[in-house]
Amino acid sequence: MKKNLKYNAIWLAIAVLGWVLINVFEGVGIIDQFAENTLVLIGINIILATGLNLIIGFSGQFSLGHAGFMALGAYAAALVTQAIPTEGGFVLGTVIGMLLAGVVALIIGIPTLRLKGDYLAIATMGAAEIIRIILVNLKITNGPAGLYGLPQLANWSLVYILVVVTTIFTVNFIHSRNGRAILSVREDEIAAESMGINTTKFKVAAFVFGGMTAAIGGALHANYIQTIAPNDFGIMESINILIIVVMGGIGSMTGTFAAAALLGILDMVLQGFGALRMVLYSLALILIMIFRPKGLLGTWEFSVKRLFNRTKKKAKEGA
Amino acid sequence: MGENMKKMKIATLAATAMMLAAVFTGCANKAGTSGNSASGDTITIGGNFELSGAAAAYGSAMQRGVKLAVTKINKDGGVKVGDKKMKLKLVTKDNKSDNASAASIATNLTTQTKASAVIGPITSGAGLAALPNMTKAKVPLITPGGTQDSLTLQKNGKVQPYMFRSCFEDSFQGKALAKYVYNTMKLKNVAILGDKSTDYAQGLIKAFKGEYKGKIVTTEYYQAGDKDFNTLLTKLKSKNYDAIFVPGYYSEAGLIIRQAREMGIDKPIVGADGFADPKLVSIAGKSNASNIYYTTHFDAKAPANNKVADYLKLYKDTYGDDAGTFDALSYDAVYMIKQAIETEKSTNSVKIAEGLAKLKNFQGVTGTITMDKYHNPQKPVIVTKLMDGSEAEATAVK
Repeated sequence: MKKNLKYNAIWLAIAVLGWVLINVFEGVGIIDQFAENTLVLIGINIILATGLNLIIGFSGQFSLGHAGFMALGAYAAALVTQAIPTEGGFVLGTVIGMLLAGVVALIIGIPTLRLKGDYLAIATMGAAEIIRIILVNLKITNGPAGLYGLPQLANWSLVYILVVVTTIFTVNFIHSRNGRAILSVREDEIAAESMGINTTKFKVAAFVFGGMTAAIGGALHANYIQTIAPNDFGIMESINILIIVVMGGIGSMTGTFAAAALLGILDMVLQGFGALRMVLYSLALILIMIFRPKGLLGTWEFSVKRLFNRTKKKAKEGA
Repeated sequence: MGENMKKMKIATLAATAMMLAAVFTGCANKAGTSGNSASGDTITIGGNFELSGAAAAYGSAMQRGVKLAVTKINKDGGVKVGDKKMKLKLVTKDNKSDNASAASIATNLTTQTKASAVIGPITSGAGLAALPNMTKAKVPLITPGGTQDSLTLQKNGKVQPYMFRSCFEDSFQGKALAKYVYNTMKLKNVAILGDKSTDYAQGLIKAFKGEYKGKIVTTEYYQAGDKDFNTLLTKLKSKNYDAIFVPGYYSEAGLIIRQAREMGIDKPIVGADGFADPKLVSIAGKSNASNIYYTTHFDAKAPANNKVADYLKLYKDTYGDDAGTFDALSYDAVYMIKQAIETEKSTNSVKIAEGLAKLKNFQGVTGTITMDKYHNPQKPVIVTKLMDGSEAEATAVK
C-alpha cells in the first residue's frame, strides 16, 4: 500500500512538473500560440485514443464507432455552453455528454457486443453513422450546418488536466479487479466464461467507459475549435483515432501517448506540403507499420515501479 | 498508514487545485494584437487551402487562381503602398478539408507566417473553424467559396470584422434563381429535389421558397452520397410541374439529371453553383445534360468587363486549361486585397480589413464588386444554360 502510494505520488509529481514546464516554456516564448494549438489537438487525440484503446486493446473488441460518442460529447457541451457560456456550463455540458454517451454505448453495446471481429466493427460503424444522421436531421443541432460561434472555454491547461485525469482513471480501471476480468475476456473468452466471468457485462463496461471518454474528447474539441458539424464525426474520424491506437501499439497506454504526439507533430509539419501532405502522411504510416508491425511500443508500458527496481538493482550491483 | 493516505489526498487536491486555478485564465493572459504588417519589401499572403480530402477539387482551383494573381501582380511591379512598390509572397498550407486543421492553419499563418491577409478556406464549415483564430490575430480572411449566409455574421447579427467573401451567399443566388425561373423562364410550378444533408442545399431551398412567386408543387429530399434517385423521380413524374430545382452538388445532381432524362423527364432542371463543375456533364452524360440552368459566379460567355478576356488568355497560357468558377473567384480575392492595401496605403492587417470593408466598384473578373455592410460582394449572378453538355448561353441577372 505504502509502495503504491509512493508510485502514485511520483506520477502526480511528473504530471505537475509537466504542466509547470509547459507553462514556463510558454512564458519564455519557446511554445508559441501555434505550438500550443498543436499540443491541445494532441491532448484531445490522446483522450479519444485512450478510450478506444480500452475497447480495442484491453477488452479485445474491434469498434469503429468512436466518432459517434465523440459527437455526443461535442454536441452536448456545445448546446449547454451556448446557453451557459461559462466554465460551469462547460463542466455541465461535458458531464451531460458523458452520461449521454454512456447510455447510448450501453444501448448499442448490449446487442452488438455479442458479435465478434468484422461484424462488430460494421455494427459499431453503423451505430456511429446513425448518431451522425440524427444530428443532421435535428433542429436543435442546427442540422447539417452544425453549431458555431461557441465560447472558447477549453484551453491547453484544461486539456492537460483532463488527459491526466482520464489516463489515471483508465489505468486504474485496467489494474482493478474489473479490469483484470476484461483482460481475461480479451485473452480467452471461453476460459473467462468458464471461470464464472460474465463476459458480456465486462465487454459492455469497457465499451461504456470508452464511449464516455470519447465524449470528453468531443466536448473539448467543440469548445476549443468553437464550431462543430455532423460531418466532423464521420467514419474518417473514427479511423483517425484507430490509427493512433494501432500506431502506438494495441494495449499500450504509453504507446497511445507516443503515437498521438508523433502523428500530431507529423500532421503539423506536413501542413506546408500542399497536395503531397496526405501522400507523405500515409507513407509515414506505412513505413512505421512495416518497421514496427506491433506499433511503436507494442504492448510495452512505461512503469515507475520498474524504473525504481532497475535503479535499486544497479545500486546493489554497484555495492 | 492512515496519515500517509491523508497526506497523499491533500497533495493530490493541492496539485489539482493549483492546475485548475490556471485553467480558465490561460486564454485571458494572451497579449492583445495590433495585427500583422509586412516586413521588408514583401507582403505575405496566406493560403488556407483544401488541397487534399473531400473538397480538394475546389481547393486546387483556389490555389491556381491565387497563384496566378500573385504572379501577375508581381510581374506588373507589385502593390503600391504609399510611395513604394512591394511584392507579394504567397505561403500556402493544406487543411485536408478538415475543420480542426483549418483552425490550426489559421493560427500558423497569423502567428508564425505573419500573413497580412489570408485566402481560404473555400468551404463554409472550415471558414467558420478558422475564423476565431483569424479574429484573435486581427487578420482578414477572404473565402472564395464559403456561401453560407451566417458566415460573415456574429451571433448578435453584427458583422464579423475579419471575414469577407469574393463569392455571393446562398440566399443571394437562391433568390436570383427564383426570380429568373419565374420572371425570365416564365415557369409557374416548380418541384424541389434537395440535399437534406448539407447546409448549402438547405440554405438554397429556404431562399428559393422565400422568393419564388409561383407554386412549389412538392419538396423531396435525398442524402449526399445517394446513387439511386429513381424512386424520388417516379414520385415527381406524376406531379404537375414546369421545372425541377435541385439544390446540391454536381456529384448527386449529375446522377439526378442522368436518371431523370433516362426516365423521360425532359423538363428544365435548375440548380445553383454546386453544378458549376465540368464533372456534372461527365456524370450526367452529354446527351442528357440539356435544358439545364444553374447560377454561377463566373462564366466566360457572359464577361463582366474587358479584363475577362485577358484573364482567360493568361489562365490558358499558364495552365493549358479553361478557367473555372473558383479559379476566378480566388483570382479576384487577391486583387481585392491589393486594392485594400493601396486604398489604405498600409500593409497592416487591421487596415487591410478596413479597406476590404470599404471596397467599392472594384473591377474583378467575376464582376464589379461593392462590399455591403455584411461583407458580401454585391455583383450580378450569372445563369448558365447547358444544351447537349455544352454551355449554350450565359445571362447576367441583377
